[in-house]
Amino acid sequence: MISAFAHLLERLAFSPQRNAKRAHLAGYFRARPDPERGLALAALTGDLDLRAVTASLLKGLVAERVDAELFALSYDFVGDLAETIALIWPGEGTAREVALADLVAELQETRKADLPARIAARLDQMDPSERYAYLKLATGGLRVGVSARLARQAVADLSGLDLAEIEEIWHGLSPPYSELFAWAEGGAKPVSAARAPFRPVMLATLMDREGLRALAPGEFLAEWKWDGIRVQAVAESGTCRLYSRTGDDISAAFPDVIAAMEFEGAVDGELLVRRGAEVAPFNDLQTRLGRKAVSRKLLDSHPAALRLYDVLIWNGKDQRARPLAERRAVLERFVELLDPNRVDISPLLPFEDWDALAALRADPPEAVIEGVMIKHRASPYLGGRIKGHWFKWKRDPMLVDAVLLYAQRGHGKRSGYYSDFTFGMWDGDQLVPVGKAYFGFTDAELRDLDRFVRNNTVERFGPVRAVAPTRVVEVAFEGLNRSTRHKSGVAMRFPRISRLRDDKPAAEADHLSALLALLPDG
Amino acid sequence: MKRTETPLIPRPEGLYCPEGDFHIDPVRPVARALITHGHADHARAGHGAVLATRQTLDIMALRYGADFAGAWQVAEGVTVIGGVRAQFHPAGHVLGSAQIALHTRGGRITVTGDYTRSPNPACAPWEPVPCDILVTEATFALPVFRHPDPTTEIARLLASLKAFPERAHLVGAYALGKAQRVIMLLREAGYDAPIYIHGALQKLCDYHIAEGVALGDLRPATVARGKKGDFAGAIVLAPPSAFAATWAQRFPDPVICFASGWMMVRARARQRGVELPLVISDHVDWPQLTQTITELDPAETWVTHGREEAILRWCALEGRAARPLRLVGYEDEPE
Repeated sequence: MISAFAHLLERLAFSPQRNAKRAHLAGYFRARPDPERGLALAALTGDLDLRAVTASLLKGLVAERVDAELFALSYDFVGDLAETIALIWPGEGTAREVALADLVAELQETRKADLPARIAARLDQMDPSERYAYLKLATGGLRVGVSARLARQAVADLSGLDLAEIEEIWHGLSPPYSELFAWAEGGAKPVSAARAPFRPVMLATLMDREGLRALAPGEFLAEWKWDGIRVQAVAESGTCRLYSRTGDDISAAFPDVIAAMEFEGAVDGELLVRRGAEVAPFNDLQTRLGRKAVSRKLLDSHPAALRLYDVLIWNGKDQRARPLAERRAVLERFVELLDPNRVDISPLLPFEDWDALAALRADPPEAVIEGVMIKHRASPYLGGRIKGHWFKWKRDPMLVDAVLLYAQRGHGKRSGYYSDFTFGMWDGDQLVPVGKAYFGFTDAELRDLDRFVRNNTVERFGPVRAVAPTRVVEVAFEGLNRSTRHKSGVAMRFPRISRLRDDKPAAEADHLSALLALLPDG
Repeated sequence: MKRTETPLIPRPEGLYCPEGDFHIDPVRPVARALITHGHADHARAGHGAVLATRQTLDIMALRYGADFAGAWQVAEGVTVIGGVRAQFHPAGHVLGSAQIALHTRGGRITVTGDYTRSPNPACAPWEPVPCDILVTEATFALPVFRHPDPTTEIARLLASLKAFPERAHLVGAYALGKAQRVIMLLREAGYDAPIYIHGALQKLCDYHIAEGVALGDLRPATVARGKKGDFAGAIVLAPPSAFAATWAQRFPDPVICFASGWMMVRARARQRGVELPLVISDHVDWPQLTQTITELDPAETWVTHGREEAILRWCALEGRAARPLRLVGYEDEPE
């Protein structure tokens, strides 16, 4: 029923915590029958193929019923088109239950010319919350802060299935996912009908200098950790697909890589933008991500390439149980046959002992290296983050000293505490905001910062407090990109407050120029 | 209607009546003030003389102390001030709230103050007061505001309480009116467990009880060394400003709820970090406001504060004379 789906969207919209969203989703999937829950799942994962209802169609409908100026004033206040229409649409609606499946079928099958009248008739029947859900469904953008992965996780939660198992078969399934739900509730596992399916990716655990002491260097292979995105490239029986590590199909954005997949099998690697031998900064890859189509121009200016780490399937034979050293040998042989401009292999690092590897890690040959990967020679290829086989030893984070500028209260266990901080750096005699951080500090430090915010507020903007610019914190982050959306021109990756620098006066915080110098192309 | 002069003039201090030489709900201290209701942005301390309902005067004394004004008088029947005859009528907004009807040389004027036409058991219901000039508030004057039946909102609160019995439900509600309304709605819905209240609500809840408004078992939420688990599964009421204070830190993983007409708009709720928005309003919504203007059919409608553009536009579409007063100093819905 659309009312149940509307109720779910409302709960998701007001649950900031991931676990609360997950519980709401699982509760909905448990309570609702097929095909409704499957259609809702498809709406959340972006797999529901509806004819997109445009904003102008909806504005036209509402203009027939509400004065344009009153609508404009309302839209301006509410800020969301679907929500404004849901609230302003005349009439109370009757409490007649409408099945989600009927609405979906209607949107799929109604002739384009008849669509406006059908949508108007539906809006007349519904209450505001249902109208909102219906319009979000029809326009295709739910924006309720739920990733496709989180939605699938909630399905797995129904009976404690492993998410990786669902992701492995996901691409062979289609809405309304009845066989998936049957499996998640104790039935038989659906047979994957997908061609070139995704397989669960093997992930590494964190390692540091201390932890390495317990390991024998000779049992391990090491390679660079490249700063692109981890992908799985699958070419089977003429079907080629590129998957993100969470199993999202990103083939459409990378036709250049797809064209170079002239092999039969499934491989694991890093997707990069590479111009000849030079690997471009992560920012360049970012411009290629998330596109439905890519222009010729962009393909030329931002050519994508694969750098291979591992092989899962080769010529129909599953390699995953074999030791890494043997898989590596297979990989080295077959990469020779591929276009070297598009596909190469991540080279192994020569090292005798951990000190030698530490020296390499401290001085990588390229800026787009995030550290080193250390993998046991005998490790099988296992989906998920299994301890003891693969380790990542990331490069040390970048550090700057910044000044706290703004604070906002947190959610859930942190409600009542100012825990979300905006910090700035000097640009001449001005402090310019450079980023936001909401973790990294201990509970005791949080209480300290919270007290500081309360006692040093100079201005309030709704829920945000501006504080006297006197408190210096050390900010650690993993990388830096250029950004046109930030006033400072840069965006930090994974910033967190690593230390309170009460020993430093604000005047001695770092300058923006020091940050800009850390840019990969700076 | 005979019009010899402008009967009410917007001034920085508030709405001024030259014929009677008094202000209505002035935001700064003045010699003579007529006050519609006890909310802090309408009823301020320090005036020379105040005319208001008995309950509004009591509330001002509770808020500001017995010396809240130089002198005061309970509004009963018709009071003649200068040449102006003033009479107070129920506004349905909060305990003691009133509309003020003025008979001036410039015609009959009704100043609504804040009002609602939805039933509120804490106070007498709003009544229509015929007039030549209607001076109305416009807090929720956008066609998107059609406030739902508050009993369905309370049902959502109770459902959440059942779904999350290990969490405290912190309900933000203004100390005068909204807090007691939420409590009464909960009691009406059959919730008879103790309700915990923030210290800032105590005096006004006690006053409601003294005035014969039953609120059931209320307990202070200000236990000096309470353990976090103490409030699991409890409903705790507090003024919304308390959520920003360290006070909120004592509760176990609280569900933040907020009872307000603004909660109809998702972005508003999310900005405040609200997990459970409860659309409970003590103002007229769009249908009530337009219905009021239609029914009273005044020669002119003046708009005091709120979203005046939309209601002015509606009046223009209806062929009704209307003007904004652009009074400043009144909050949308104060905390």
